[in-house]
Amino acid sequence: MARIDVKKTYKLYVGGQFPRSESGRSYVVNGADGTFLANAALASRKDARDAVQAARKAFDGWSARTAYNRGQVIYRIAEVLEGRRAQFVAELRASEGLTAADADTYVDAAVDRLVWYAGWADKVTQVVGNANPVAGPYFNLSSPEPSGVVAVVAPTGPLLGLVSVVAPVIVTGNTCVVVASEAHPLTAITLGEVMATSDLPGGVVNVLTGSVAEVAPWLASHMDVNGIDLTGVADAGLAADLEVAAADNLKRVRRPAGRTDWLAEPGIDRMTDWLETKTVWHPVGI
Amino acid sequence: MTPTVRPSTVAPVFDDIVRSESSLRRFLHGLPGVDQVGAEARAATLASRSIKTTSKAFALDLAIRMVDLTTLEGQDTAGKVRALANKAMRPDPADPTCPAAAAVCVYPDMVATAKQVLGDSGVNVAAVATAFPSGRAALDIKLADTRDAVEAGADEIDMVIDRGAFLAGHYLQVHDEIVAVREACVRPDGSTAHLKVIFETGELQTYDNVRRASWLAMMAGGHFIKTSTGKVQPAATLPVTMVMLEAVRDFRDQTGQMVGVKPAGGIRAAKDAIKYLVTVNEVAGPDWLDPDWFRFGASTLLNDLLMQRTKMTTGRYSGPDYFTLD
Repeated sequence: MARIDVKKTYKLYVGGQFPRSESGRSYVVNGADGTFLANAALASRKDARDAVQAARKAFDGWSARTAYNRGQVIYRIAEVLEGRRAQFVAELRASEGLTAADADTYVDAAVDRLVWYAGWADKVTQVVGNANPVAGPYFNLSSPEPSGVVAVVAPTGPLLGLVSVVAPVIVTGNTCVVVASEAHPLTAITLGEVMATSDLPGGVVNVLTGSVAEVAPWLASHMDVNGIDLTGVADAGLAADLEVAAADNLKRVRRPAGRTDWLAEPGIDRMTDWLETKTVWHPVGI
Repeated sequence: MTPTVRPSTVAPVFDDIVRSESSLRRFLHGLPGVDQVGAEARAATLASRSIKTTSKAFALDLAIRMVDLTTLEGQDTAGKVRALANKAMRPDPADPTCPAAAAVCVYPDMVATAKQVLGDSGVNVAAVATAFPSGRAALDIKLADTRDAVEAGADEIDMVIDRGAFLAGHYLQVHDEIVAVREACVRPDGSTAHLKVIFETGELQTYDNVRRASWLAMMAGGHFIKTSTGKVQPAATLPVTMVMLEAVRDFRDQTGQMVGVKPAGGIRAAKDAIKYLVTVNEVAGPDWLDPDWFRFGASTLLNDLLMQRTKMTTGRYSGPDYFTLD
C-alpha cells in the first residue's frame, strides 16, 4: 500500500511558537527547477508587530544572561543544526538547486559560523571595551551594551546568509525580528525549529516570511525597534525609504551589503553595529 | 406575628421582595438561570467583531475616558498617587486632543492626596472601602472606612460585598450592608458619593450567582456594579460582564433607573477594551456607552490604549518607551 505523504505546513516563528500569519495568507514557494515546494506564510504588519512585542519581552532576560551562557546557547544551536544536516542539505538542494557538494559546504559553513560567533560572546567586550585614561582620580571604564530589538532583513542565502546576520545580533544580548529571504523562506522556518529546540529562549529570534516591501516599512518605522539591518534589501529605492523611516526614533541602520561572499570569515562589525557603549566613572581608592 | 415592613430604598416595586430573607431568596432564585454555554458563545461572537478606522478611533477615545486609573498596592506612596493623578488628567502629554481618564482609584488613605492634585479637573477620585479586598470586617468598621473616604473627598466609593454571606445564602444581610454603606456615602450637604458594588465574580462560582448578585446590588441602590477587586483570579471576563449588562438592561426596563457596570482586573489590551465596548453596545445599548455608565478598572490598559491611539494618529507603531510606567 502506498504511504500518504506527510506534508509540512510552514508557518512563522514568533515568541518561540509557530503561529500562522494573523492575516491567514500564504504564498507559493517554488524550487530551483520551478516545481512547487510548499506554501509559506505571508506575514502581515500585525505579525511584525507581534514579533516585535515578543522580541521586546525576551530582551530583558536574554541580555541579562552572562555572555558565557549566551555563547553556550549559540554553540548549542550549532550542535542541533549539525545533527539535522541531512535535512538542510536536502532543502538547500531543492530550493536553490545546489549540488550535493555545494549544499554540504554551506551547511558546514553555517555550523562553523555559529561556533565562531559563539566564541565571540565572552570576548567582544575585551576587544571593544576599554579602561580609558582620564585626567583625574577615576577609573573610567567603557563597556559595550546591547541596543535592544533589532529588525533584520535577511539576504538570499537561505541558511548561511541567515545565520550570518542573526548570530551576530543575538550573541551580544540583542533580540531580533528577521524577515527571511522572500524567495527561499522555507529553510528559515526549519532553522526556526532548530532554534526552538536548542535552549534559545522564545522571542530572542523571531522569523517572518513574506514580502519584504510589505513588512519591512512597519519594522523600520516601529518606535520600539532599536536597529534595523537592511542587508537583504535588494531594491535601492526601498532601502532609502526604510532608512528615512528608521530615522524617526534614531534607529541604528546597517545599509544593504551589495554582493557579499558569505563563505569568507566575517569581521566583528556585524556585532559592534548593534552595541552601544556605556562609560562609567568610578572614584579611585574607594 | 406580622412581618416587619421594610420599604425598599430604591423602588416601591421591590418592597415585597426585600421584606424578608425568604422573600428575597425566592426572588433571586426565581431569576431565570444563565445558560453557561450560550452566554460564553455569545460573548465569543461579540468579541470577534472587527472594529476599524473611525470606529476604532472613537472606541479608543471612549475607552480612555472610561478608565478608572487604579493603583491598589501595599507599596503605594503619595508620590505614586500624585503621578497617577497627573496621568489621569493628561494621559498623553504629547497630544492635547487626548481625553482625560474618568477617575483615579486608590485606597481611602490616599484620597486626600489624589484630590489635591485633581481638584476640579473633572477627573473623579474613587476609593475602595469596606475592608477591601476581602470585605472581612465588622459592619461598623466598614462604615467608618466609607465615611472616612467620603470625608476626605472621594467622589466614588468602591465597596466589596460579603461574599461569604452571599454564598451562604444570607442575601438580606448582603442587601442591608449595601444599603448601610450607601447611607454612609451621603455627605453633610446631602449630596452622595457614587457607590460601586464589587462582587468579586471570581469567587461567586456561577453565572447564576453573578445575575443574583447584580439584582441584589441594584435593588439595594448601588449606582454601579463592578466585577472584581483585581486581587482574585479570574477577574473580569467578557461573559461575566455580559451577564451583568443584561441585568442592568432588565433593571432599567423594570424600574426606569440606570445602573452602571465596571469590569475590573485583567483587561490589559486595547483590543480587549474594544471587545467590551462592542458587548456594551449590543447587550445594554448605546445609552451605556458613556463614562457615567461604563468604566474600566485598569492600570496597564491605559498605556496600550495610548499606544494604539498614537499608532492611529502617526501611522507607525509606538513603543512603551514613550509612555510612563504604571
